Amino acid sequence: MDLSFIIIQSLSGLASASSLFIIASGLTIVFGVTRIVNFAHGSLYMLGAYLAVTIVPLLLDVDRSLPMFLLGVLISALIVGVFGALMEIILLRRIYHVPELFQLLATFGVVLIVQDLVIKIWGAVEIPGPRAPSLRHGVFIMDQRFPAYELFLIAAGIVVLAVLWLLMQKTRFGVLIRAATQDREMVAALGVNQAWLFTGTLFLGAFLAGLGGALQIPRVAINTQMDISIITEVFVVTVIGGMGSVPGAFIAALIIGQLQAFGILIFPKITLVLVFLLMAVVLVVKPWGLFGKSDAAAGRAILPEGILSLKRFGTVDNIVAGLAIAVLLALPVFGDNYMVKVGIEVLVLALAAFSLHFLIGVGGIVSFGHAAYFGLGAYAAGLLVTKGGLSMEPSILLAPIIAGAFAALFGYFVVRLSGIYLAMLTLAFAQIVYAVCFQWVEFTGGDNGVVGVWPSSWASSRQVYFCVVLAFTLSAIIALRHAIYAPFGYALRAARDSATRADAIGIDVRRIRWFAFTLSGAAAGLAGGLYSFSKGSIDPTMISIPMSVDFLVMVLLGGIQTVIGPLVGAAAFHSIKDFFMPLTDFWRMFLGASIILMVLVFPRGISGAAASLTDRFKPAPKPAVAPS
Amino acid sequence: MTEALLSIRNLSAAYGMAEVLFGVSLDARRGEVVALMGRNGAGKTTTLKAIIGMVEASAEALSFAGEDIRRLPSYRIARLGLGYVPEERRIFTDLTVQENLEVGRRPARDGRKAWTLEKLYAIFPNLAEMEGRRASAMSGGEQQMLTIARTLMGNPDMVLLDEPSEGLAPVIVEQMAEAVIAMKATGIAVLLCEQNLHFAAAVSDRAYVIEKGAIRFSGTMAELEANDEVREAYLTV
Ligand SMILES: Nc1ncnc2c1ncn2[C@@H]1O[C@H](COP(=O)(O)OP(=O)(O)O)[C@@H](O)[C@H]1O
Ligand SMILES: [Mg+2]
Repeated sequence: MDLSFIIIQSLSGLASASSLFIIASGLTIVFGVTRIVNFAHGSLYMLGAYLAVTIVPLLLDVDRSLPMFLLGVLISALIVGVFGALMEIILLRRIYHVPELFQLLATFGVVLIVQDLVIKIWGAVEIPGPRAPSLRHGVFIMDQRFPAYELFLIAAGIVVLAVLWLLMQKTRFGVLIRAATQDREMVAALGVNQAWLFTGTLFLGAFLAGLGGALQIPRVAINTQMDISIITEVFVVTVIGGMGSVPGAFIAALIIGQLQAFGILIFPKITLVLVFLLMAVVLVVKPWGLFGKSDAAAGRAILPEGILSLKRFGTVDNIVAGLAIAVLLALPVFGDNYMVKVGIEVLVLALAAFSLHFLIGVGGIVSFGHAAYFGLGAYAAGLLVTKGGLSMEPSILLAPIIAGAFAALFGYFVVRLSGIYLAMLTLAFAQIVYAVCFQWVEFTGGDNGVVGVWPSSWASSRQVYFCVVLAFTLSAIIALRHAIYAPFGYALRAARDSATRADAIGIDVRRIRWFAFTLSGAAAGLAGGLYSFSKGSIDPTMISIPMSVDFLVMVLLGGIQTVIGPLVGAAAFHSIKDFFMPLTDFWRMFLGASIILMVLVFPRGISGAAASLTDRFKPAPKPAVAPS
Repeated sequence: MTEALLSIRNLSAAYGMAEVLFGVSLDARRGEVVALMGRNGAGKTTTLKAIIGMVEASAEALSFAGEDIRRLPSYRIARLGLGYVPEERRIFTDLTVQENLEVGRRPARDGRKAWTLEKLYAIFPNLAEMEGRRASAMSGGEQQMLTIARTLMGNPDMVLLDEPSEGLAPVIVEQMAEAVIAMKATGIAVLLCEQNLHFAAAVSDRAYVIEKGAIRFSGTMAELEANDEVREAYLTV
């Protein structure tokens, strides 16, 4: 490796760092002020790119010059900024007080809606963007050719940093943003209308996301997957830098840009893994990132208060459970093939949702990447059968063991964190698994996955396989339910309610959480293994973020405070999805809107809503009498 | 008796399920310094937070400058001219002294003379020397001055001042008393929460005594000083 090569490589690292910083600074500023992790930030970035490939060519038709190109980029970013401001006014304003998990879900609802909108407006095919006039050539640096546009991007990053610095230090708006990042209640008590401050912040954040997206058009073909791929990278940058810190985002973007530029030389396939590993290491050493403040993340409920009182089964629950089991047993006898197929899927998803519920409701560990363990189980079983030459039986048994082993590995890091950082780390780990399965084409089949994952011949009829699935899922659910009411479960709940108090009475909080994470991962892995045989194939959607979100929606739909909730939620969600998805091109939009509605109207889920209805008919507590 | 600037009737407040205030009533007139005295945990801070809408509260009446402020968000109450100086000071430690003051700045209402940095630095000379310094690098006394100055930048007609003398050296407490007197001289009313009777007596016109979330005494400062019974029951430790 000679010097000129190293320089070129680090320059291209700087160019990607610069793009990353522009986008990440927006996310981190928005988080700092509103305390919302805006999942839709990637969608704003994608919108910026799509707007730019539409607007910039129009302007270039008028005059093929660099200023016109830049004008188009700026207009696109401004439109995205307005979109962000509208998003604040319409949605975010209503969810500042709801728990973080719901905020993440609601903004993910926006992701889904924007995806369908983009496909509707621009179509699903990639759109190549125009090159920037006057920047199409290469520049020779130490005899190596380097694209001029990449140099321009580096300069753009520096300009954005400088302008942001001026804005933050020299304007009243910037001072207010910094003050609100620290103590927004006090800012309000000093007479500042937060609503406008927040709308302005969202405008700024969305503008930066849109700018980052619009600047990409000469570099990459614009596509509908841009939102998710950028948001995970940007999450990593902001988490490493410290949520809410602009300088942190800058440093983290620099590190990651270089890591990618040089990592690709050493481990071409796994640069993404390197990036996530860096994040895991940073979070273990500095749980709030390099420049983050503990108060930004600590002391806030990620889960709704008062919904964590897990009730024991009452008579009604027993009857419902009994009836459900009776229906399930009757299904292979009386149901048609389609019903049996749906039955299998519901059972599998119910186990996955139940394992997530175990983690969230009992352990208080809000995982945003539960699909990782489901997918690991599915891939383990699928690959063992197709590539490993094993039969179905040992593969299904090994699936939870392998998923559990990975859960133990990832969980070791995860249980050290809490709140939003924990959620982000689980998401990051899930993305590692996703990336590996997606990129390691020879072994995993990449995007297409692997087909031919069939059950053994004795279980090849749907009806028989249904019984296999029923036996496995029911035993696993019953075993987990036992764990909830065993001393282990009580200790876990004690740790959830107050880690310090649990610590004081001699509970090893980390260890018990780690164990719960592993157990839950193994159960999800079993579900995944069973699922792969029912579909006959495996593919990366089983590990994707939308799958993790589906699981979360199932849990919340059912309500967190009942053991039976996730099962009801899985059945309801899957039936609705199975029914509606073939009927509409707008399933994602429908799902996104439903998630948002659920967060706004029933923050406690369906069974939670039922519980609050019955609560309302109880006599109100007597008003307290003043002591005399 | 002129009409009250701040008027509270039967104010109750709670933190979630824990009820803390049980029907507090009090008044303050323009330009008047009123002390709200009581031991730790008596409900002084909660009263102030309930007034400006930082805790859930209900009241028969709660008005400031003739406006019902029960349903108003904090920023609207602040804009009516009611400033709040919290007990924990809540300085923006990442900002400089000057930037802290900038956050508090609001235009003066109805053509009155606005507080300027110069006027504030005249009352709090220490602040003038550290304009560009980050607030995190200030001593407790300096932070207390800054938090009062920051509220004055909003040109309030009344300031809710929560235990300004707490944890400060006697020299600084002296300065705080002078600051309160200076505020009164410019016509600003003050509702002063205090445990320190000397401090309160030096600056206040009238006093209320609160205990377990209810008002137990109200009268002039001289009456309170003369009433051993009340002082012993509710004020001494
Ligand atoms: N955030 C809070 N949550 C629950 N209880 C509180 C909170 N803040 C204060 N309290 C309780 O309210 C009562 C009154 O407190 P406070 O108004 O702070 O008293 P004071 O300011 O007179 O010392 C005390 O019993 C205190 O324990
Ligand atoms: Mg107090």
